[in-house]
Amino acid sequence: MKDLSMHIMDIVQNSVRAKADTVKLLISIDKDWLCIRVEDNGTGMDSETLEKVVDPFYTSRTTRKVGLGIPLIKQNAELTDGEMQLESEVGAGTILTAKFGINHIDRPPMGDIASTAAMMITGNDGVNLIFVVKKGEEEFGISTNEVKEVLGDVDVRMPKVTSFLKEMIEENIRELNIEFD
Amino acid sequence: MSKVKSLADLRNMRDELQAKVSLREKSDNPEKMVQVKVSMATCGIASGAKEVMNHMIEEMDRQAIDAIVTQTGCMGYCYAEPTIEVTLPNNNPVVFGHVDNKKAEEIIEKYIIRGELVDGIIPVNYETVNENKNE
Repeated sequence: MKDLSMHIMDIVQNSVRAKADTVKLLISIDKDWLCIRVEDNGTGMDSETLEKVVDPFYTSRTTRKVGLGIPLIKQNAELTDGEMQLESEVGAGTILTAKFGINHIDRPPMGDIASTAAMMITGNDGVNLIFVVKKGEEEFGISTNEVKEVLGDVDVRMPKVTSFLKEMIEENIRELNIEFD
Repeated sequence: MSKVKSLADLRNMRDELQAKVSLREKSDNPEKMVQVKVSMATCGIASGAKEVMNHMIEEMDRQAIDAIVTQTGCMGYCYAEPTIEVTLPNNNPVVFGHVDNKKAEEIIEKYIIRGELVDGIIPVNYETVNENKNE
């Protein structure tokens, strides 16, 4: 994946596929580390599956023989002297935390996180995506449920809504003086 | 300093959208709107599906096309990613493969707006992604 926002989209899609109806995405900057945390309330994994998912040749899908999402983010994190951790409980959900050396030369750029977040907030039917960006004590957050509450009977999946959210997220991240790259 | 967008601005936008009669009717019947599903599995994301979805959203917003755009998982056409499934009102869904920004614009202009078929259709059994058991 050429940037971190692609990894984020991929991992969140794992949560959606695991039948999560709530996915919390936290992107935080803490001194020299950029942390990405995806927490869901999906089906979860047993300990045996948890060990296997870091293997690129393991997948639960039937359409192909590889499962690259988790191995790729793990590899990218470790290349930057960081790490990836996975916690999961069957019936409760999964938490993936990936830590990247923010100034490491091999850290991929963040990419367009605003449009990625907007598309995830509006584009996953039945999922409340809670998006939070944090740097020190400053934070900005928005969720699918908040947007739906404001929109009332207007469909959240409409392009105009996604475009608006993209701009809103961009502006609020800039307002907090958060620069990922 | 320019004002930063907030949920209050979104509320104002909702009021504008609700004022449009055709949208109010269609929001009660989403099957009357164009539905676009973008495959967003690892293969699709690595092939550019995220950029394609973003581009389609911007284009359809710019052209004020009544549509619902969502993401979906792997449709099983990893060799042809990025893939999108487009369902026009009262039509069966159609899957397009190898969709880049230029192809996306063509699909919008020709298929979505004018109903003309476009090259790059992947023959399927007219099952939507939701019905597809390949997951």
